[in-house]
Amino acid sequence: MLKTFPIGGVHPPENKISADKAIADLPLPSQVVIPISQHIGAPSATEVEKGQTVKAGQLIAAAKGYVSANIHSSVSGKVTKIDQITDSSGYKKTCVVIDVEGDEWLESIDRDERLVSDIRLSGEEIVKKCLEAGIVGLGGATFPSHVKLSIPQGKKCEVLIINGVECEPYLTSDHRLMIEKPDEIITGIRLLMKALAVDRAMIGIENNKPDAIAILREKCSRQEGISVHPLEVKYPQGGEKQLIKALINREVPSGGLPIDVGTVVHNVGTAFAVYEAVQKNKPLFERIVTITGKSISNPGNYRVRIGTPVSHLIEAAGGIPETTAKIVNGGPMMGKALNTPDVPVVKGTSGIILFDKQESVRPASGPCIRCSRCITACAMGLEPYLLMVLAERSMFEKAETEKITDCMECGSCSYVCPAGRPLLDYIRFGKSQVMKMMRERKAK
Amino acid sequence: MNSVIIYTVVSLSSLGALFAIILFVVARKFRVFEDPRIDQIQEILPGANCGGCGFAGCRNFAEALVKADSFEGLNCPVGGASLMTDAAEILGREAVLTEPLIAVVRCNGTPEHRPRTSNYDGARTCTIAHSLYTGETDCSYGCLGYGDCVVACKFDAMYMDPETGLPVISDEKCVACGACVKACPRTIIELRKKAKKDRKIYVSCVNCDKGGPARKACKVACIGCGKCVKACEYDAITLENNLAWIDSMKCVFCRKCVTECPTSAILEINFPPRKERSSEPAETTAGKTE
Repeated sequence: MLKTFPIGGVHPPENKISADKAIADLPLPSQVVIPISQHIGAPSATEVEKGQTVKAGQLIAAAKGYVSANIHSSVSGKVTKIDQITDSSGYKKTCVVIDVEGDEWLESIDRDERLVSDIRLSGEEIVKKCLEAGIVGLGGATFPSHVKLSIPQGKKCEVLIINGVECEPYLTSDHRLMIEKPDEIITGIRLLMKALAVDRAMIGIENNKPDAIAILREKCSRQEGISVHPLEVKYPQGGEKQLIKALINREVPSGGLPIDVGTVVHNVGTAFAVYEAVQKNKPLFERIVTITGKSISNPGNYRVRIGTPVSHLIEAAGGIPETTAKIVNGGPMMGKALNTPDVPVVKGTSGIILFDKQESVRPASGPCIRCSRCITACAMGLEPYLLMVLAERSMFEKAETEKITDCMECGSCSYVCPAGRPLLDYIRFGKSQVMKMMRERKAK
Repeated sequence: MNSVIIYTVVSLSSLGALFAIILFVVARKFRVFEDPRIDQIQEILPGANCGGCGFAGCRNFAEALVKADSFEGLNCPVGGASLMTDAAEILGREAVLTEPLIAVVRCNGTPEHRPRTSNYDGARTCTIAHSLYTGETDCSYGCLGYGDCVVACKFDAMYMDPETGLPVISDEKCVACGACVKACPRTIIELRKKAKKDRKIYVSCVNCDKGGPARKACKVACIGCGKCVKACEYDAITLENNLAWIDSMKCVFCRKCVTECPTSAILEINFPPRKERSSEPAETTAGKTE
């Protein structure tokens, strides 16, 4: 029997339309807009001025504080302005706008496609490289990777977990990366293992990607300590805590981190980025993005420079079909609808999905019928119906004791609710209020 | 048979007497003195428990009034001056009167002025919509239009205008309790000084974006040009974060800023219609006799 997490979970239709589309380079846009805050933590401080010419890979915003990440130019060209520009959230954020001229990279970057598999750097140097290259978790949460690689005192990492689950329907970027760059990913995993000083790594992959499992199994057979584990297809298998529970049967305590149970989880995309940063000296300025949808003419997986407008990406996939009603940034379960396609692709953009009208319409919300399906679906063992009511009535103290902050916002509860209640919308609001309350209490 | 009835009556009466004595002793011993004036004050308070005074309810406010040495900082916006004078009379203190206020909605983003650019199909409340995204228009500051303020109003002083999609505040019914101000996740509603004949001049916009994007999102947005600041002779207008704000305590209703504003973001309400320059003196008299 395949491994999986024991409670909750749902089975949305997979719709991995673009799974057999090889990764292609997206043609450069004429202009990129690079937000200086693309990660969890403090926004970075701009290092360039208006009118300055930059090369691809050049630092344009430096990390400010420990939990922050460097931002690099993704193209060569001229900085035309540094301004407040609408990003995918709809709000205006400070962005660096660069007009593209040619495609000149920094000389220090090794543009050769050949694999460099021997590791010359020490663990500390690898962490430093990740910090310099501005690497963040590419699974979507964009947490700065160097922070995750620095184990706090008194804690010990026993096993590294690599997340190749990609449980979100539609998305295929990690899947394609595993098929096309297995050697690079494995070198990346070895680098991460060295940085964390562990001798065991486990790659978790959902069983709907047999080709990726086969290819990585074959490559890993020649590697000491790295093993591949097929997992049952169940959403949210790719949740950090769910993956840990499935692979090593340990439970991350409420409010705790994976390191509390002796493990660190990194995405396969991050492993690949670490490989490029350490072995090729290439900062994180491009990533694989899936562009998909049922009526889009040319769905696919593209290697996209950070800051490329989403509209440019959609153009490459055949433009917006007439029937499109919603453009979602991220997966269909956790992604957010965009107000406009004129927003940049950022480090956390794993996919862009175009939904037709009938797919995108939310059911009309009715009263709770007490069927408790949301409780059955919740992979964190919470009571979504109760959390929603508490958030609705502003009973945030009670919501805190009901562990609203443990919610990872996977959306399974809203997905299964037969009454179409917007459970997650309210829980997310309640969670933000509780977090605010907790921060204020801490400040006192 | 008789003896049963006698025993029953006697035992029950003696039990009754015993409990009466216990209750009497307890009531004496643990008696809590409560100022009778608290009840008196509570009697005259509106009893809506709206929280406009800053206390949890009318009873709390009555207690605070009785306890306080002076009425400084204590005010029931619902009852206003007449109520505070009555309360002062009961307590034998001096009434401190505060300016009456009124709530205004600082957004004029009707569908005509502010075109809709996306469709929202989530929970129909402002708090949730605000926590999720910027709204159905390009303005990330303006009214979302799901009426959290109307739900919060306990005085039936607000309703949503179906045509404009904006809340409307009734001048007669609004008591300036501030419930709508708290309910609005975007702090669009403001309490301003209530003027004669309910006249109002205010910047009906809260957009802090620069001029270009603000104007693009909404035709009547404040673009932060500062013309009104220059036009004002009474130093009542300040410009901060690309947004002008008129201090209702300093404003003398000269209406110069209204004509200056290039985007008509400043509104004048309940004024008689403007007349030609030649008949200016007539206008002032018309205003007085109205």
